[in-house]
Amino acid sequence: MLINHPLLGLRDAQEFVYKGDASLLQRPQCESDNALDAFTNYAYLRSNPAGLHQELWYHEQGDRSWLVVTRNTLTHEIVNVELASEVDA
Amino acid sequence: MSRRVSPGRIGKKPVNFSFDGRTFQGHAGDTLASALLANDQLLLGRSFKYHRPRGLITLGSEEPNALVTIGSGARQTPNTRATTQELYEGLSASSQNRYPSLKFDLLSVNDRLSRFLTAGFYYKTFMWPRSFWESVYEPLIRRAAGLGKLSEVEDADQYDKGFLHCDCLVIGGGIAGLEAALEAAHQGKAVILCDENPRLGGMELFDSAPIDSVEGLIKELQSLSNVRLMSRTTVQGAFDHGVYSALTQNTDHVAQPHKAAPRQTLWRIYSSEAVLASGAHERMIAFDNNDRPGVMLSSALRGYLNYYGVLAGDTCAVFGCHDDARKTVVDLHAAGAKVIWIDTRSAHEPVDGVQCFTDARVVNTRGRHRLKGIEIEQGGERFWLPCDALGVAGGWNPRVQLTCHQGGRPRWSNDVGGFISGTDLPPGMRVVGAAAGEYLQGNWSPVWDVSKRGSAFVDPQNDVTVKDIKLAHQEGFISVEHLKRYTTLGMATDQGKNANTLGIGVLSQHTGNAIESVGTTLFRPPYTPVAIGALAGRARGKAFKPTRLTPSHEFATRQGASFVTVGNWLRAAYFPQAGETHWRESVDREALAVRNAVGVCDVTTLGKIDVQGRDAAQFLNLVYANGFLKLPVGKTRYGLMLREDGIVFDDGTAARLSENHFVVTTTTANAVPVYRHMEFVHQCLAPNLDVHLISTTESWAQFAVAGPRSRELLQRIVDLELSNEAFGFMACAETRLLDGTPARLFRISFSGELAYELAVPARFGNSLMQTLLEVGADLGATPYGTEALGVLRIEKGHAAGNELDGRTTAVNLGLGQMVAQTKDSIGRVLANRDLLANSTLRLVGFRSDQQILTGSWLIPPGRSSEQDNTLGWVSSACYSPNLGCYIAIGFISDADQYLGAQLRAVSLLDKVDVGVSVVSPHFIDPEGERLRV
Repeated sequence: MLINHPLLGLRDAQEFVYKGDASLLQRPQCESDNALDAFTNYAYLRSNPAGLHQELWYHEQGDRSWLVVTRNTLTHEIVNVELASEVDA
Repeated sequence: MSRRVSPGRIGKKPVNFSFDGRTFQGHAGDTLASALLANDQLLLGRSFKYHRPRGLITLGSEEPNALVTIGSGARQTPNTRATTQELYEGLSASSQNRYPSLKFDLLSVNDRLSRFLTAGFYYKTFMWPRSFWESVYEPLIRRAAGLGKLSEVEDADQYDKGFLHCDCLVIGGGIAGLEAALEAAHQGKAVILCDENPRLGGMELFDSAPIDSVEGLIKELQSLSNVRLMSRTTVQGAFDHGVYSALTQNTDHVAQPHKAAPRQTLWRIYSSEAVLASGAHERMIAFDNNDRPGVMLSSALRGYLNYYGVLAGDTCAVFGCHDDARKTVVDLHAAGAKVIWIDTRSAHEPVDGVQCFTDARVVNTRGRHRLKGIEIEQGGERFWLPCDALGVAGGWNPRVQLTCHQGGRPRWSNDVGGFISGTDLPPGMRVVGAAAGEYLQGNWSPVWDVSKRGSAFVDPQNDVTVKDIKLAHQEGFISVEHLKRYTTLGMATDQGKNANTLGIGVLSQHTGNAIESVGTTLFRPPYTPVAIGALAGRARGKAFKPTRLTPSHEFATRQGASFVTVGNWLRAAYFPQAGETHWRESVDREALAVRNAVGVCDVTTLGKIDVQGRDAAQFLNLVYANGFLKLPVGKTRYGLMLREDGIVFDDGTAARLSENHFVVTTTTANAVPVYRHMEFVHQCLAPNLDVHLISTTESWAQFAVAGPRSRELLQRIVDLELSNEAFGFMACAETRLLDGTPARLFRISFSGELAYELAVPARFGNSLMQTLLEVGADLGATPYGTEALGVLRIEKGHAAGNELDGRTTAVNLGLGQMVAQTKDSIGRVLANRDLLANSTLRLVGFRSDQQILTGSWLIPPGRSSEQDNTLGWVSSACYSPNLGCYIAIGFISDADQYLGAQLRAVSLLDKVDVGVSVVSPHFIDPEGERLRV
C-alpha cells in the first residue's frame, strides 16, 4: 500500500505503524459526570466498518507524523490523508 | 522414440549434463526437459500419492509433473520444474519421490490400492486411535507421499532485493506484451517489461511460422532508453496501489556463477499502470490413464518440435476438441512423423496424408513407463492403435492469476472456452492478448471427461482423479472451494494451473450445472513457487536484525564480559575475573562492590527522550500519572506512565534541566513504544501544546555510578560541587567533566545506594567508562553488568519489566498514591475502576534458603498444587549476596494478611516446590536512608 503523506507525498506503508480507529482523537473530558462510561467506550469500543474508515497511522520510519488516513476497508483505496494534529477533534 | 530432428530455434552447441547419475548431451538453449526428451528420457518422476510413472506434460512454468532436484549439498534445489530449468554445462539433476529407483519404485504398490486411496481417505481412515495421528500416521504418510527433499544445510547462495519505479509495467513478453510496451514507450512512459522465460517472444517462438515481426519489436524496444526489458523475471503478485513483486533468476542458468552474484533478486515494482499480457496455457482432457509418460499437451508437442527441434515420437497422436490440434498435426506431419488425429468434432479442415478420426475420442492408453498405444472410441466402436506420443488439445486457459490478487473473480467465457478476467481488476491493470482470451477462439467444443473408469487424472501432481471429484460431490462437497480442500484438487505446486478449469468442467458435466454456476476458486500470490531465500534476501544470520552496541562495548569486550541480548541491544551481563569459575561468583562480587564501595554500569540502553517547549511541564503532567507542574528546575522525579485503560505502561524519570527543557528516561524495552505514545498524545490529543520531542537514546552514553563511594569518585572528574547540600538526592545538572567534556549528572538510584547517573555525548562513552574505573581504582570501583543490576533492584524491591507486564496496576505495585486525582492524566479515570482499584494483589518480597524460580506459583502449605489454590506468582528472583539467602519479589492477593506467613513457591514445569516466607519487598534499607546521605 502507498499512503499519500500530506508533507512527503506517496510513501510505502512499510514505513508506517498502524494504530487503529481514529475515534481515539475524541478523548473524553476527565472531569465530566459520566467520565467512567465515556472513557470505557473510548478505550474499548471501536467501529469496524466495511467501507470508508478513518484510521491512525504513524510514520515511524519517516517524519514521525501521526496521520488520519481515510481508507476503504473493502478496496484498500485511500481517499484522504491528513495530519492528525490538524484534524478538528 | 523421442529424438532431436533439427536445431530448432536454439542451435547446436553441445552441453553435457547428468540425470540420476547418467550423463547426457543437450544443446545450449535447451531446458532440462527438452534435453531429456531429445535423449528419449520420457520417465522423469513419480506421482505424489500413487507413485505412478510420470513424464512431461507442458513446456512452461505450469508443469505439474516433471519436478526434479537440481544440484546437491548447500546448493540443492528440490521441486524444480524441468521445463523451466535452463541447461548448463555440468548440470546435475535427479528424480524425486521414488525408492529405490525411478524405474522400480516400491511404493508404486499404492497405485494398485488406488481404489482405497480416494478423496478423504486419510480423514476417514486414520482417525482412530486419536493419539496415533501425530505419532504414527502423519509421519508415515509424509514419508510415503512427498516431493523433493531439502538439503538441510544452510543455503550457500545469496539473494537480493531491489526497488523499481515505472509508469507502465508490462507482464509478459509475447507479441501482445511487446506491442503494449512499444505503445506505452511511444507515449513517453517509462516502461518495464518482465517475462519469465529466458527469451522474449512468448508462444510465437513455439510455432513454425517465421518470427521476424517479434524480433523486429524486440529490437525496437531494445533501442529505446525509456524501456527496460527483464527476461527470466516472473511477476509474482499484484498488491494494493500499484505495487508488484517480481523475481529475477540471475544465475540459475549459469554453470559457474560469480561468487558475489545474487542467485535471485526479488523486486518491488511501483507502477500506476500495468498491462497483463501473460498469455494462456493449454489444458488436458480427462480420459483413463491420461498421465502416462508420452502424453502431453498438444502445444507442448508442437513447441518441443519447433523451438527445440525435438520430435517426441515416431508415431504421434493428437487428440483435440479445438483448432489448435490442427496446428500441431501439420507441424508434426511436416517433420516426418506418422500422425494420427482424433477429434471430438464432426467437421474440420483435413490434413493431407494424416489419418483422421472425427466424432471420436481417446478413452484409454497403455504402456507402463512410456506410452505404447491409445484406445479410440468412434461411433460406438472401440479399438487400439499403437503410438509413442500423444498431444492433447483440450482448449486454453488464459493466465488470469494476477487479476485475482486483489479479490477479482474470473468469469467463464463460452467464446473462449475458458475463464477470463472479471471486471474487478486491480486498479490500473488491463489485460491484453491471449490472457484476455484473444486468439484463443478455435471452434472449441466442450469436452471434459471422456473416461470410462474414472481413473482419469485431473490434477496429475496431487493424483486427483475424476473418481475423486465424483465421490467428493456425492459426499456433499458441492462448493468448488470445499471440493478443492477435500480432494486437494489444484493445491499442488502448480497451484491449479492445470487442474482447476478441468476440475470445474468435470464437476459441471457430472452435475449438469452450467459451468458459470459451478464457480471458480481464486488465485493468490505467488504466481510460481518462490524460494524462501529470495523472500529473506540479505536479512539472514547477523543481518536478520540489527545489533545495537552500547558505547562501552569495546571496554566490556576487553574485560572479557559475558553479554546478553536485550531486544536488539547487546549488554554486558557480568565481568568475570581471573579465578572465577561460576557466573554467580562474578555477580555476587559485583553486587557487593556496589553496596560496599562503588560500581559502574552502562545504562545507555534506557530510552531517553528530550522534551522541550513552553508547555513541556504541562505535557508531562498529562503523560505521567503523577504531577510534574511543580517540579523545580535542577530536580528529577520518578514518573509512572499508565495506558488509557489504567494498566501501568512504563516507568522512568524526568529531569528538569531548565524551565522549558526536560529529559525523560524510559525502560530499555519500551524506549520505542513510549516515544510513539508520547508523539500520539502530543499530536492527537494535545496538538495545541507547545512541545517538541526527540529520542536521544543513542546520542548520550549514560553510566550508573552507584555505591557509598560514588560521590568521592565523581568529585574527582566532574566540575561540580557534589556535597549533599549542593547536589542533593534527585538533583540534576548540565555540567562538564574536568577535561571539558559536556556532561549531564543526575542523582538518581536504582540500587538503593547513594548513586548518580552520568551522561556524556555517546562518542566519549567508552573512554569515560575506562576513566571512571581508573580514577576510582583505589576506591574499589568495579564494573557491573545487568545481572548485578537485577540483584540490586530486587534487593531494593524496585519494579522492572517482569513486574510491569501489561497486567499490573499502580495499586498492585504499591504505588497507588502516585496516581494524582487532581489533574487529568492518561489512564487516571480507568485506573479508578472498581475492578482495578479494589484489587488486593500487591507486590511483596519472599525469602528462602533454597533457590526460588521466577514464574513459580504461590500456594499455602497443605494445599494441593492447582490453579484454584494459587495466591499469586513470583515475578523476579535471585540470590542476594548482601542478605546471604535467596530472595524474590512477586504478587499475591490479600497481601497484608500473608505478611510474615510461610508459603510454597511451586513450579510444576520445573518440578520445584520450595518454602518461602512473605516479607516486605524492600529487603535493603527500607527507610531509604542510604540514598539521601
